[in-house]
Amino acid sequence: MNQPYDLVRARPEPEFEISVDGAPVPVIPGQTIGAALHGAGIRSWRTTRIGARPRGLFCGIGVCFDCLVTVNGSPSLRACLTEARPGDRVSTGARAGQDGPGGRPGDGGGHGTDGGKTVNGR
Amino acid sequence: MPDVVVIGAGVVGAACAYYAARAGLDVVVVDRGPVAGGTTGAGEGNVLVSDKEPGPELDLALLSNGLWRELAEFDGFEFEPKGGLVVAETGEVLEALTGLAGKQGVEHTVVPSGGLDDYEPHLAQGFAGGVFYPQDAQVQPMLAAARLIRRGADRFGRGTLMLRTGVTVTGFLRDGDRIGGVTTDHGDILAGAVVNAAGTWGGEVAAMAGVHVPVLPRRGFILVTEPFDEPLIRHKVYTAAYVTNVASDSEGLETSAVVEGTPSGPVLIGASRERVGFDRTVSVPVLERLARQAVELFPALADRRAIRAYCGFRPYCPDHLPVIGEDPRAPGLHHACGHEGAGIGLAPATGHLIAQTLAGHRPDLDLTPFRPDRFEERR
Amino acid sequence: MKPRYDLAVIGAGPAGVAGALTASFAGLDVVLIDAAPRPGGQYFRHLPQGFNAQAPGALHHGLDGFTRQWETLRARADVLLGHKVWAVERAEGTVTVRCLEGDREERPRTVTARGLLIATGAHDRPLPFPGWDLPGVLTAGGAQALLKGNLVVAGRKVVVAGTGPFLLPVAAGLAGAGADVRGVYEANGRLGLARHPLLAAGKAGEALGYGATLARHRVPYRGRHAVIAAHGEDALTHVTVARLDSAWRPVSTRTVECDTLAYGYGFVPQLELPVQLGCATRADADGSPVVTVDGGLRTSVPGVYAAGESTGVGGAVLAEVEGRIAGRSAAADLGRRVPPLPRLSRRRERLAAFAKALLEAYPVRPGWQGWLRDDTLVCRCEEVPLSAVREAQDLGATDARSVKLLARPGMGWCQGRMCGYAVACLAGEDPAAPRRPIAQPIRLGDLAAPTRSPLEG
Repeated sequence: MNQPYDLVRARPEPEFEISVDGAPVPVIPGQTIGAALHGAGIRSWRTTRIGARPRGLFCGIGVCFDCLVTVNGSPSLRACLTEARPGDRVSTGARAGQDGPGGRPGDGGGHGTDGGKTVNGR
Repeated sequence: MPDVVVIGAGVVGAACAYYAARAGLDVVVVDRGPVAGGTTGAGEGNVLVSDKEPGPELDLALLSNGLWRELAEFDGFEFEPKGGLVVAETGEVLEALTGLAGKQGVEHTVVPSGGLDDYEPHLAQGFAGGVFYPQDAQVQPMLAAARLIRRGADRFGRGTLMLRTGVTVTGFLRDGDRIGGVTTDHGDILAGAVVNAAGTWGGEVAAMAGVHVPVLPRRGFILVTEPFDEPLIRHKVYTAAYVTNVASDSEGLETSAVVEGTPSGPVLIGASRERVGFDRTVSVPVLERLARQAVELFPALADRRAIRAYCGFRPYCPDHLPVIGEDPRAPGLHHACGHEGAGIGLAPATGHLIAQTLAGHRPDLDLTPFRPDRFEERR
Repeated sequence: MKPRYDLAVIGAGPAGVAGALTASFAGLDVVLIDAAPRPGGQYFRHLPQGFNAQAPGALHHGLDGFTRQWETLRARADVLLGHKVWAVERAEGTVTVRCLEGDREERPRTVTARGLLIATGAHDRPLPFPGWDLPGVLTAGGAQALLKGNLVVAGRKVVVAGTGPFLLPVAAGLAGAGADVRGVYEANGRLGLARHPLLAAGKAGEALGYGATLARHRVPYRGRHAVIAAHGEDALTHVTVARLDSAWRPVSTRTVECDTLAYGYGFVPQLELPVQLGCATRADADGSPVVTVDGGLRTSVPGVYAAGESTGVGGAVLAEVEGRIAGRSAAADLGRRVPPLPRLSRRRERLAAFAKALLEAYPVRPGWQGWLRDDTLVCRCEEVPLSAVREAQDLGATDARSVKLLARPGMGWCQGRMCGYAVACLAGEDPAAPRRPIAQPIRLGDLAAPTRSPLEG
């Protein structure tokens, strides 16, 4: 669906890629990591430390801390606030990276049911 | 009519109530707030023997340490017998620490510089060594207080131990010279005896009975980190300066690093001490000092985030000893307050000794050093 | 030390930008600080440059006016975007604002000023219900942020639920952007607002516009309905929608398939900073704590002003008016000549009365507590179920604070921002003003380091 782009008559710059547990995810320059993941159909990327519950975006504005990720080894960043940069390595897993990039990479257990790689909803 | 009214549903009041009920007395606990709402709710849960100079407080701490281990058999609150590690910056300090440990006569192991890693793999390099105290422990104080009261009620029969929250004591009832109960905003409660376990507010309660007990607030801040999955810190770890600060009389700000993990995940970072009344205004410089000292101890903490800070008011007496026992100036009124920063650790022994006194038994420890009227001669 | 600025303004939404600009025009040396990399706050959230949007206003009402103010301000004042404020202090007439610059490396920065205008806005107020922590369940504001700030449509099949007029623009935005909006479920009466005598003509026009969009996309809009449970294994697949009685007790239920739920039950003003400074607060019409201000938007602390949602949730137009009044007060209090402008105050009074009427037309009714099961998480961060809250109460935790001490709701990453309202309700009290000495998580290494001003590099 092209609607949001048509609505604002966007002429987006070329996409770049970030890697999420090794898999490529496309990003429009300026998008947050959380938005890129959500837009790619990835609905969760962390599990909670007590009940191993899957978590992704909830508040979307930096208040709930559900969407924590590790980026290039830097742990506990809010995906919804962190603008993606070309080549970012995002790791998820049990605990968004207290254990750094080694945190259960490619686990994918928490990913959404429609985890196909749609390109930013377009 | 209950045998005893306990004023204060913090950990000390809870312990007094529990042991009094165990001794066969009927107890009512009153608190103007909820359970564990005062200093108990602002503590780290220290159960320490390591930071006490030899003397009456250490005796109390040792008695209490054993009692906590008995109470920890109950379900429903965290008790971690993890031990404490005191680290020394220099050889001189290590010598002093070792000397103190020898005088204390409590279980300890002197740890050489090269052995610190085995205790705390993430500890900074360069410490001269330390002393490990296996009896040091940590308890979740709020739940412990609530569970002690509940346990007392369940075990010794409801009606034997009753908790009444939201009840403010407004004065004392007298039976001749004797204290015979309390007046509250929810009516009078007649009782054979009253226990003042009002913590930092114990002096105000005493004043209502016309007696002087100098309990003053000594503010402390605690920094709380984000939750950790894997424990980074295994024991309660602190620097030798903590022992000095605990015993200090200074009014100014003192900080020393006390760092430990918790079963819930976060790391707790203390400790600051300053006498500023009941001022809750957060002091960023204090938080900065706490952070600096914690990172000096555990460099790996630098990359982890503080998510919370809070302060509490230690109930402190001029001679740093608690007030425990019946007040000869107001017979029937027993004090159990003024434990400064050690109230969590000292609560069971305090409760046990108060219960013995209430039941007319000889207390296991000599209460003379803790007597409530000991400040009279200094006035 | 002499403060660097006359006035620091925190928040680059409509209140902060209007306040900063007004103060600057009145002759003050102003700095504006915001956590986001772009101005606008939540309401006027801007798209990143990378989209080269030719018509960004299509996603906002009134964006042009805001943009003009912003461009003017940028030429007159210092602007620090991407600066999260974690603490503010005030001593001897100087306000010190402690920030973290950057979204990942985070460098500590310190700004000093003689006065402070707090315009930190609000965030969604979610209620807990079974399944609210399933991936795919978002706050209404979260769905809006995805769209306005990233051009990401929150889902394919979307349900919008909760209470309040904000649901309409969210649903209309999603439908207009191509989502299949399966329904808008308003827990209060659908017509509560339209019937109100205070309904301002301008607002009615805006509401009609959203209504038309929803009608065009054949989106059902139901009053007295709520989503009372969300279902799915690892992500949302469907929700239970209930028809409610007047106390929000479910009368009948049905299932609606969806991959996304966007919901909210009003807003929580962000009060960390005014509370840190000791500003007095009061309970708003909905019981929410808000900053107490006088007619000039002065808080109880000298030199500290508040505008926008922090003085009471009232929307972007009221926020802008309050910002202008606060900017004038700050300038007047610092000795600048500011002629009185009574019509601005009258406008504020009218808009504030309308905001109060909205809060009263869209209350949160107690029946939601009945949607919870024993195992429903009340606190998402510490994963505290309802049963643990009830157990704490049984043990003598008679207020929200002691429930937190015993059962840990609000002790985790979000520090009660998501569950605080619900926990207060469960404890039977109005939510208290939040005491959060650390308003943003800060690395201990940064807290330990000596802080610098933004100009020191």
